[in-house]
Amino acid sequence: MASPEIDALTAALARLPGLGPRSARRAVLHLIKRREVALFPLLEALQAVTANLVVCSTCGNVETSDPCAICRDPRRDAGLLCVVADVADLWALDGKHLFSGRYHVLGGRLSALDGIGPEDLAITSLVMRASDGLVREVVLALSATMEGQATMHYVADALRPTGVKVSQLAQGLPMGGELDYLDEGTLALALNARRPVG
Amino acid sequence: MIRLEPALLLGAIGHGETGAVVRLLTAETGMLAAYVHGARGRRLRPMLQVGNVLGVDLVTRGDDRLPLATPHLLAANLAMLHGPVALAVVDHVAALISTLLPDAVPQPRLYGMVDALLMAAGSGAAAHTLGIALARLELALLDELGLGLDLSSCAASGAREDLAFVSPRSRQAVARGPGQPWASRLLPLPAFLIGDRDADAQAVGDGLRLTGHFLARDALAGTRQRERLLQGRARAVTLLTAAA
Repeated sequence: MASPEIDALTAALARLPGLGPRSARRAVLHLIKRREVALFPLLEALQAVTANLVVCSTCGNVETSDPCAICRDPRRDAGLLCVVADVADLWALDGKHLFSGRYHVLGGRLSALDGIGPEDLAITSLVMRASDGLVREVVLALSATMEGQATMHYVADALRPTGVKVSQLAQGLPMGGELDYLDEGTLALALNARRPVG
Repeated sequence: MIRLEPALLLGAIGHGETGAVVRLLTAETGMLAAYVHGARGRRLRPMLQVGNVLGVDLVTRGDDRLPLATPHLLAANLAMLHGPVALAVVDHVAALISTLLPDAVPQPRLYGMVDALLMAAGSGAAAHTLGIALARLELALLDELGLGLDLSSCAASGAREDLAFVSPRSRQAVARGPGQPWASRLLPLPAFLIGDRDADAQAVGDGLRLTGHFLARDALAGTRQRERLLQGRARAVTLLTAAA
């Protein structure tokens, strides 16, 4: 029988993605047993993040400074802007160092069913950024779902008056994808996006 | 276990870490919600796209819990290949039907119309064709909700011929002669909504304006997502009429 404080910590951890009650209890036991190397550093990190967490007013990234490190970085190409739906998408793209430009987080995807409309997304600020004279190309990196693609077309329409080049991510075969394992939609997209060899 | 086949997927909202609550439309059982385990995993995510036609094995879990669904894909909706018009139509139709239709009421007529429209959008049908199908579907939906228009005879003269307008208040048709002096206050009734097969771009626009008026005033009144649904519809109609 644990104390109410430990139970509260277990319950809080159990609400995190990837953890259930059992794994949360294991994590709590680990933190208690290894206080010096696990609990105290975790506590410090949580306190530091809690104290400094801000949303970048330029791109919408979640960081500990405003503007964020990506927006401040002079080595990044200010002429390339990659539009993503969520911060998780930004972290996924940037973590792999595949894109040298800057980002813009929309904050979701259009969905009438979920009650998410254009004014809930950071589209006005995107159009303003695209109109600043520095941006040459906006890359729409939105998911290959109905909602993602509907959002992409809406954003492309909104960007049209700015005159900047607007592109989208290619769709089709994933790396290592075997044709007989792919779904009908992916195969159709791949066929549609075929290109000359060589 | 019950096998539902075919079932149209009209919505999927994430629930828990990997699951989702899906909204399905079938001819025999109408709208129903079910829980899908692992809906956001690699295997099921491509399958659970709005507009896809699924076969679903359903296991009920008592009255107070959603049934568990195990889906398999029968046909993918490829509206993504056909640009903004097709996507906006699929998005609007799925949201509208999913919001307005009551659960567990058989919908053989509406199912056929929704299926045909989503299939047309997914196979790259012309905007004109989609506009006609959308206006007819919305008219049938109003009818199904008990808010149907009376297009059988003229409200003023009782005539059954040459019906050209609808009263925006009473939902009744008005013939051309009696209606002409008040034409600016009445909604035009395009012939394709009362039997004609063909329609020009003007008629499609009129048909969508007619159904849009009654959806906004009656069917969506008081619904939580009214403004969002009307916004989505406005975009679909703008794209449809611009492309027609």
